[in-house]
Amino acid sequence: MSEAIEASELVKTYPPDVRALDGLSLSVRTGTIFALLGPNGAGKSTTVRILTTLSRPDAGAARVAGVDVLADPTAVRRAIGVVAQKHGGDPEATARENLTLQGEFHGITGRELRGRVQGSLERFGLEQAANRLVKTYSGGMQRRLDVAMGLLHRPQVLFLDEPTTGLDPEARAGMWREIERLAAAEQMTIVLTTHYLEEADRLASQLAIVDRGRVVAEGSPGELKAALRDGPDRQPGGQRREPSLEDVYLHHTGRALENADAEGAVHAI
Amino acid sequence: MTRLRQTWQVTMRGVRVLVRQPAYLGITLTQPLIWLLLFGALFKAIAKIPGFHGGSYIDFLTPGIVVMLAISSAGWTGMGLIEDINGGVMDRMLASPVWRGALNAGTVLYAVITIVIQSALIVALALALGADYRGGVGGVALLIALASLLGAAFASLSNGLAVLARQRETLIGAVSAVVLPLTFLSSALMQQSLVPGWIREIGKFNPVNWAAQAGRSAAMEHIDWGLVGSRLALLAALAVACGVLATRAFAAYQRSL
Repeated sequence: MSEAIEASELVKTYPPDVRALDGLSLSVRTGTIFALLGPNGAGKSTTVRILTTLSRPDAGAARVAGVDVLADPTAVRRAIGVVAQKHGGDPEATARENLTLQGEFHGITGRELRGRVQGSLERFGLEQAANRLVKTYSGGMQRRLDVAMGLLHRPQVLFLDEPTTGLDPEARAGMWREIERLAAAEQMTIVLTTHYLEEADRLASQLAIVDRGRVVAEGSPGELKAALRDGPDRQPGGQRREPSLEDVYLHHTGRALENADAEGAVHAI
Repeated sequence: MTRLRQTWQVTMRGVRVLVRQPAYLGITLTQPLIWLLLFGALFKAIAKIPGFHGGSYIDFLTPGIVVMLAISSAGWTGMGLIEDINGGVMDRMLASPVWRGALNAGTVLYAVITIVIQSALIVALALALGADYRGGVGGVALLIALASLLGAAFASLSNGLAVLARQRETLIGAVSAVVLPLTFLSSALMQQSLVPGWIREIGKFNPVNWAAQAGRSAAMEHIDWGLVGSRLALLAALAVACGVLATRAFAAYQRSL
């Protein structure tokens, strides 16, 4: 199976009349890093909530790791790891307890679980703080714990919802290296949402630009730039400057990403 | 087996928080004692009311206080889930294959453990104050079992409401609106033959009254097996029904996401 995720014509509305997803379709090849790029309120997080079985679409269908998200959500949950935008750790428990509970939820127990928890603490640099309450952690440490929890059961598909929002540049660079390592060394399919162009450009082999609940452009960063450069309706001026992802974004959505935030947020209300 | 394991893991999460917070632990342990002493002093005179035949005031009140504290403690169970929802913990748990029932049953079991400890403290203090447990150890165990089943039902309702409303204020309002009226509409604090007829009628359908009457019969009087057995069965059925409802609330929560 070469498609880790296939979603077609997803529609999701919220009362009274917000159309968060308006026929969103995408497909993600197994073993790739896929970025959903768009302003806040574009529908990225809604898409992730549907693909991770937290939420159900009003219409449309999706398969994750070969399993229909509506027909067998439990099987999907076994196959995926989720790192949500909000921290998911229990602040009143230690990192070790959080990881252990997460493992138990995935049916991992006993020595196997203890070994994985220890390995995970070491890998994410949380050994020293393993027995401290998570509420005493810095934002970067909590983020590392979130990722560690998402990976403990060795998922086939990892969802990262805005993984570096709120991180300082150093922590962000560390997170990027970890994401690249996961995709390369473990052949994991990674879906990340971001509103940082730089992040999508650097990490993603495929990306989809999401705007007002639809995918308005899809391809590799290179393909999208090339299409803009060589396309019939290239930017005025006719300069042969290599387009940036920012140009691509502007071309497809009609506005710059940083300006789009406010507009997208209004759309979301 | 996995479901039991996961339930226990969720329970232990609550137990660890309790043990780590000395103030919280202290309040949990001293509350039963304060209740018994205060209510005991306040209602001491009821033993002198003509027509009262409950023995000494402490004999009459002890089962009532056990039951009242059980629903009061259990009512706050949903607070933990509201914290989990607000903190993002809930969404992480729901994106895992954990049995949904464990998220409810684990916290309910934690509430029951609290109730058992608090009830045992009340029973011990009442004994020191001269309570006469004619039902013996078995009778006291039945009283605590009845209070635990009642508490389990209320803990599930609290969880269900918490997951649907997701607001502390709603839960606080519900607990305040429910605990005292249901207590007053029962025989927890006053003998049934001394209350107005309409309260007696309502009491027949009031789970708090089921637990109070049966618990008193089991621990303090010559046990009425028909009463105790039927009330145990009713409360067990209620606890299971509330547990199913609360578990379904998670699905309703997800539909709203």
